[in-house]
Amino acid sequence: MYGNDFIDPDEPLNAAEFGDVDDAVAAAATTAAQRAEGGSSFEALLAADQRIEPRDEMPEAYRKTLIRQIAQHAHSEIIGMQPEGNWISRAPSLRRKAILMAKVQDEAGHGLYLYAAAETLGVDRAELLDLLHSGKQKYSSIFNYPTLTWADNGAIGWLVDGAAIMNQVPLCRCSYGPYARAMIRVCKEESFHQRQGFEILWTLSRGTAAQKDMAQDAANRWWWPALMMFGPPDTGDAATTGGHTAQSMAWGIKRFSNDDLRQKFVDMTVPQAAKLGLTLPDPDLRFNEETGHWDFGAIDWSELWRVLKGDGACNAERIERRVGAHHEGAWVREAANAYAARHDLGQQQEYVA
Amino acid sequence: MSRNAIDTSVSDHSVSDHSVSGSSVSDTTLTTDAAAYCLQLGDDALIYAQRLGDWISRAPQIEEDMALANVGLDLLGQARELLTRAGQLDGTGRSEDELAYLRDERQFHNVHLVEQERSDFGFEMARMLWFAAYQCELYAALANSSDETIAGVAGKAVKEVDYHRDHASQWVLRLGDGTSTSYVRMKEGLERVAPYVAELFEDDAVSVAVSEAGVGTLPSSLWDSAFGHVSRVVAQATLTLPTDSTWRSRGGRQGIHSRPMGFLLAEMQHIARSHPGATW
Ligand SMILES: [Fe+2]
Ligand SMILES: [Fe+2]
Repeated sequence: MYGNDFIDPDEPLNAAEFGDVDDAVAAAATTAAQRAEGGSSFEALLAADQRIEPRDEMPEAYRKTLIRQIAQHAHSEIIGMQPEGNWISRAPSLRRKAILMAKVQDEAGHGLYLYAAAETLGVDRAELLDLLHSGKQKYSSIFNYPTLTWADNGAIGWLVDGAAIMNQVPLCRCSYGPYARAMIRVCKEESFHQRQGFEILWTLSRGTAAQKDMAQDAANRWWWPALMMFGPPDTGDAATTGGHTAQSMAWGIKRFSNDDLRQKFVDMTVPQAAKLGLTLPDPDLRFNEETGHWDFGAIDWSELWRVLKGDGACNAERIERRVGAHHEGAWVREAANAYAARHDLGQQQEYVA
Repeated sequence: MSRNAIDTSVSDHSVSDHSVSGSSVSDTTLTTDAAAYCLQLGDDALIYAQRLGDWISRAPQIEEDMALANVGLDLLGQARELLTRAGQLDGTGRSEDELAYLRDERQFHNVHLVEQERSDFGFEMARMLWFAAYQCELYAALANSSDETIAGVAGKAVKEVDYHRDHASQWVLRLGDGTSTSYVRMKEGLERVAPYVAELFEDDAVSVAVSEAGVGTLPSSLWDSAFGHVSRVVAQATLTLPTDSTWRSRGGRQGIHSRPMGFLLAEMQHIARSHPGATW
């Protein structure tokens, strides 16, 4: 019906499956081996495409930018547990329930790697969580959209994880070593998330009429928000001021513009939608023979700004859940600290068993 | 809590139905009992996995979101294999999903302990400590089951539940011997869980039949070791086990459940039941 009637495991389905992550691992090993040869000033390290490590000197602005970005990324991982976590209890098969639980658990793990990376810059997780809870630091706006049907778990995996991977693969070569290394681990797992999402929609689009409708409805609702995940335009006439693109590029934190990444995502995803037998909610979507890219319609940026300012369907709910869990767990964390202090141990206590 | 809390007499179906020696139990009867036994164990694991799933994104710290998800995933894996085996043994060929999603409340055979609603972390660690202590002894015994599938599931699961028991034990120690607040909350957790413990170790006609046939084991035979572990951890946590409560749960193995069970199933089953015949 739509060509091959199976999902080819060898055909790359997301940006982490084209070898760039492995290349980043290899490049990091090579540059690490050469590290002693170049100069050791911040500029010299950047110029030699070396990783900046926690012990290296770095400009305060670089440090602050990284803390903000890594923290926001970490917050997104743990807030991102909620939209799909919402469906663990209702997953329609035990296999899907197990996959979903494992996926949401992975997101918690991503949060941990990233908070650990941020901690190498001299902040601690508790401080960063306070900033999240008080609204002083943000998380990705995409998680302020609701998950209305089972198919949303498919659309999130396919589109949201797919877009996140597109953003994160270049970060595997980020100039800050601990962040780059965290991204390598994250990208490998994200790739599995994106595949399971695609597979959910694949199954639905070959199912009953109600299942197909469910899949199409989810694709319709998640398409535009996924495109917004790359951030506002930062190239050409439409570039919004106040972006950090140029500075982040100079620092080797960012390697591609928001618009380039968005275009790569569209180019990769449109043919996948056709494979799924789903349409995308953009009448202007057409292949441009001249440029070799898919042209797409205008993005309604007012929606992103509105949701960013707090007026999304789930902004209040997400933070309330997070703060609620944190408060409700305070007595547990305090007990663990008191116990560790009293027994002076950094490790597990032997109980008589 | 004392051994008296455990009513070792067999309730409902009298033992005499099956108390003949293993060899004289007809094959059909045995496979029916073995299937029912797999449902009991599988339902315990499934329903507790469902409850633990509620913790994910609500745990006291991120490490604990991961740990509770891990325990839930292990239990879910055990449930899937045991339910599948039940569907083979009872001759209906029902799949894990048919058994999980299409049975009504009266056809579930889990104990009340696992169906209770998620409460605070003290309650959860008390529940996990008892349940994992029980499962450790259970699977150790079942590794020698004459049913190869059950033996295989048990052999793998025994390592998983050992981790669960260790995890819960570590928390009971920290909470009992942590702050004055955590001491009280852990104590209350143990007290709230206590009335549900005896049911785990109660024999019924099914477990008697399968243990005689070498397929299963008597729950009452697991008590001494499980109680031993729990009481040592509790003592080391500077806590004491509650005295016997005035009531105790019963009936889960016969499909008689407590109020939260119907709501749990309504939530768990509703998408699957709304789309009859669909694959996911
Ligand atoms: Fe993630
Ligand atoms: Fe993900």
